[in-house]
Amino acid sequence: MTRRLSIIVVEKDRDRAVMIVDGLREAGDHDVLVIADELGLARRISERNPDLVLIDAGNPSRDAIEELTLASAPLQRPVAMFVDESDGALTQAAIEAGVSAYVVAGLSANRIKPVLDAAIARFHLMQKMRVELAETRRALEERKVIDRAKGIVMRAKGIGEDEAYALMRKAAMDQGRKLAEVAQALVTAAELLK
Amino acid sequence: MTVTLRLGFLPLVDAAPLIVAEAMGFAEEEGLALDLVAAPSWSASRDLLSIGEVTAAQMLAPVPVALALGLGSPARFEVLSVLNLNGNAIGVSTALAARMRDHDFALSDARDAGLALLAAAGQRLRIGVPFAFSMHNELVRYWLEGLGQTLPESLEIVTVPPPLMPDALAAGEVDAFCVGEPRGSVAVERGAGVLLLPTSAIWAAAPEKVLAARAGWAEQDPELAGRLIRALWRAGRWLGQGANLTVAGEVLAARLGVSAEVVERSLTGRLVIAADGAERVVPGFLRFDGGAAGFPWRSQAAWIGARLARRHGLDAMQAQTVAAQVFRSDIYRLHLGPAGADLPAASAKVEGSLAEPTPVASSRGRLILPPDRFYDAQVFDPGLAG
Repeated sequence: MTRRLSIIVVEKDRDRAVMIVDGLREAGDHDVLVIADELGLARRISERNPDLVLIDAGNPSRDAIEELTLASAPLQRPVAMFVDESDGALTQAAIEAGVSAYVVAGLSANRIKPVLDAAIARFHLMQKMRVELAETRRALEERKVIDRAKGIVMRAKGIGEDEAYALMRKAAMDQGRKLAEVAQALVTAAELLK
Repeated sequence: MTVTLRLGFLPLVDAAPLIVAEAMGFAEEEGLALDLVAAPSWSASRDLLSIGEVTAAQMLAPVPVALALGLGSPARFEVLSVLNLNGNAIGVSTALAARMRDHDFALSDARDAGLALLAAAGQRLRIGVPFAFSMHNELVRYWLEGLGQTLPESLEIVTVPPPLMPDALAAGEVDAFCVGEPRGSVAVERGAGVLLLPTSAIWAAAPEKVLAARAGWAEQDPELAGRLIRALWRAGRWLGQGANLTVAGEVLAARLGVSAEVVERSLTGRLVIAADGAERVVPGFLRFDGGAAGFPWRSQAAWIGARLARRHGLDAMQAQTVAAQVFRSDIYRLHLGPAGADLPAASAKVEGSLAEPTPVASSRGRLILPPDRFYDAQVFDPGLAG
């Protein structure tokens, strides 16, 4: 029976932290701690002395953790950045997923891999959700603009809703532009002419 | 045919050569389109460069040296040019500043400022710097060690990401800091800190940020490397003209997300040191041009190597030799000689030996090196011939 790994997850956002922790639970029975407050981060990590630290690659606090990778740092067991590990493909996958992992030197690769695979999967999922959320927002915005433009055309030409919509769609097709772009142009022009 | 180059940078005032090269047409002149990728941290920037996400990057001068010494990560970088000299400021928390009432905050005398800091700090002094391998870290240590005082036992120099520095000061997590602009001015604006000393008062001509690429790239693609080095050199020369600084301030402000007024403080050396608006003029606070500012001196790298070796228990002579190879003055010469740069005859100098502007042998015969003194009048002779 192998010893449980001690893992620290640095994540401010509670929902994201929960998601990562859930992912890690699936990878095995590990001791996972989430640190949300980044003040004094390096000190708190070195007090805990974990086997593995996971942090979003976009988090500026990565620089504070780097300090712990130096032999002269107070940490008893030096941690090394994952890029140090021999498994280049896994490192690349981690970086692409936006996760930075700091691993205690000497921890065998077969113990790290499942944990990191789980973390990478979670980070991909979070990225996908972020993209989807942005997409949904954009679609909603476009809908609003199209509705406003439709109202402008209806009033200006004294026509019905379906007819106004058909007119805008035709203009978009004729000009090889997106309906949302034509609608935005109409709204902008109407603002100017107010 | 325009080639697009992806370059890494951190949103700081001394990213100016990259931002200006792109915005003012110096890259275009060389047939380059620069895709500037803002990195969230120095470690992220280093990783972007090491996995090839960016071709070259603005980097803290000690990072490529540290990597060559086997510190930090297995990546290997080379320095193709120095982007700027100086430009960092040391500041103290408002609480600590209040205890330094007898000090004049003249920002000119490193020894005075250091003694005042130690007297006010008492037994507890924690100083935040942006990264373990940074001139901030090296210069703060050099400064405190050179004061000839017993340093507080609890003295700690810790990494605090500069965006978090104002909060760290307010929370008492750090008592003092050394950061690049606009971070120092932002801390002042937020009422979190008071500026105490520009790092130029510790070493008058310290290399700060460099243009780094993966080892070997500049020799594999000399044509492209030459275009990049020249574009950034011309941007640096443009930044050296006082008349351009207002435009530079506007261009940078748009990229950095701070006001042009705050950016101009560091460009002109007119620093606002406290929330009450007190101003100090620091000549040479941040330099992009003049006196071979962009020349990657082998001796600068050797100095950094010697400092790192001392702290990390490496052989000093060996570290200096390895470090000196990282600053590629040969590549710089190759590309800027034909472009008309006035290149020094030597590639290494005795650092700290110039108290006055001094004419030296150069390719066009008009090179005057600016003062490069250390505050404690020490000199560093790396013993590198030529």
